[in-house]
Amino acid sequence: MTTETHDTAAPRETPDWAWHLGVAGFAAVWWLVYRQLIPFSEWVTAFFPVERHSHTGEAIAFFVYDVPKVMLLLALIVFAMGVVRSFFSPEKTRALLSGKREGAGNVMSAGLGILTPFCSCSAVPLFIGFVSAGVPLGVTFSFLIAAPMVNEVALVLLFGLVGWKVAVTYLVFGLAIAIVAGFVIGKLRLEGWLQDWVRDIHSGANAPVAGEDEKLTMVERYKLGLEAVREIFARVWIWIVAGIAMGALIHGYVPEDLMARIMGADAWWSVPAAVVIGIPMYTNAAGVIPIVEALLGKGAALGTVLAFMMSVIALSLPEMIILKQVLTLRLIAVFVGVVASGILAVGFLFNLIF
Amino acid sequence: MKTVKVYGPGCKRCEATEKMVRDAAGKLGLEVEVEKVSDPKSIAMAGVMSTPGIAVDGKLVHTGGLPDEAKLEGWLSA
Repeated sequence: MTTETHDTAAPRETPDWAWHLGVAGFAAVWWLVYRQLIPFSEWVTAFFPVERHSHTGEAIAFFVYDVPKVMLLLALIVFAMGVVRSFFSPEKTRALLSGKREGAGNVMSAGLGILTPFCSCSAVPLFIGFVSAGVPLGVTFSFLIAAPMVNEVALVLLFGLVGWKVAVTYLVFGLAIAIVAGFVIGKLRLEGWLQDWVRDIHSGANAPVAGEDEKLTMVERYKLGLEAVREIFARVWIWIVAGIAMGALIHGYVPEDLMARIMGADAWWSVPAAVVIGIPMYTNAAGVIPIVEALLGKGAALGTVLAFMMSVIALSLPEMIILKQVLTLRLIAVFVGVVASGILAVGFLFNLIF
Repeated sequence: MKTVKVYGPGCKRCEATEKMVRDAAGKLGLEVEVEKVSDPKSIAMAGVMSTPGIAVDGKLVHTGGLPDEAKLEGWLSA
C-alpha cells in the first residue's frame, strides 16, 4: 500500500503526446457513447412503471434522451470552438477591422464575432477599444450583434434538438441581421450619439497589447478548450436541464393544436409579439431552445419561434444597461429598433416560406 | 513593493482573478498592493479589451480569461 505513494508526491507535467492521444481517445469514446443514446434512453425509460406511449412515458423518454445528447454535443463543440478561438483575440480582430470600409467590413466583423473569444461582461471595453482604434461604428455593431447571437451553445442546441436545417438557418440569418443592422447603423452616421467621454478616448489603439498568447502550444490550446467546456457547463447545465424538462412537459401534455392557434403562421401579430416578449426575457440559448423545440412540435410556426429566440438572445435588457455607459439612450433605441426590425423581417419571411 | 491592477467590471472571472493574484502573492511571500479597477473608462484607457486584465507596475501583462498560475507567479516575482 505504501510503496506507491512516491509517485503521487511530485506531480509531473503531462507530456505532449499524452495530450494528443488523450484528445483522440476521447473523441473515439465520445462517438461510441453518442451512438448508443437511443438504446440507452429506451433502457432507462423501461425502468419507470409507466406505459411507454402514455404522456408520462413520452415525457420521460424525451428527457432521458435529450439531456445526455445535448450535453455530449455541447462538450464536443465547445471544446473544438475553444481550441479554434485560441487562434483569435480581440486585439487581432481589431487590427483586422480598423479602417475597414463599411460593407465588406460589416461582413468580416460579423464573421469574426463568432470566432473571437468574447464575454458579454467585456462588451464595454471592447466597444471602446474598437471605436477608438478607428473601427467604424457600424462595423463595431456588426461584431457586437453577431458575437452573442450566433454562438455555439445556440447552434448546438438547435442542431441537437430541432435539426440541422434550422441550425443552419439560424446561423445564416443571425449573421445577415448582424451585417445589415451594422451597415444601417453605420449609414446613419451616429458617431455623435456616443457618450461624450467615449469620443475623446484615443488611447486604446497605441496601448500596449498583452501579446503572450501569440505563441501558444497545441497543448495550451487544448487546455483553453477544456477551460471553455468547464466554464460553459458551469453556467448552462441547469438551464439545459430545466429547459428540457419544460420541453418534455410540453411534449407530453400540451394539446396538439393549441400552439398552432396561438403561435401559428396565420396569426400575423404573433411575430412582433414574440419579439417584444423576448426582450426583457433574460435566459440564454440553453434554456430557451428546448422549449422552442417542443413548441415547434405542437404546431408553432418556425418564423415566430425563430423571432422569439433571436429576440431573447440578441436583445437583452442587462446588455443594454451595460451599453448605456458608452451609448446615449437615443443610440441604444436605434440599435434596438434596427435589430428588432431585422428579426421581424426574418420571422415574417420564414412564416411565408415554410 | 509591486502594484498590481486587476481590470474587470465585476464579473465572476474578474473576482476569481483578483483572488488568484492575492493567493499567488501570499504563496511567494511577496508584499503586493492589489487594486481592482472596475470603471469602464479606466479599463478602456489601459488598453484592456477583454477582461479580466492584469497590469504589474503599470505594465499590462495579461488580458482575457483567468491567468495561468505559473505565469502569474512569474509576473509577480519578476
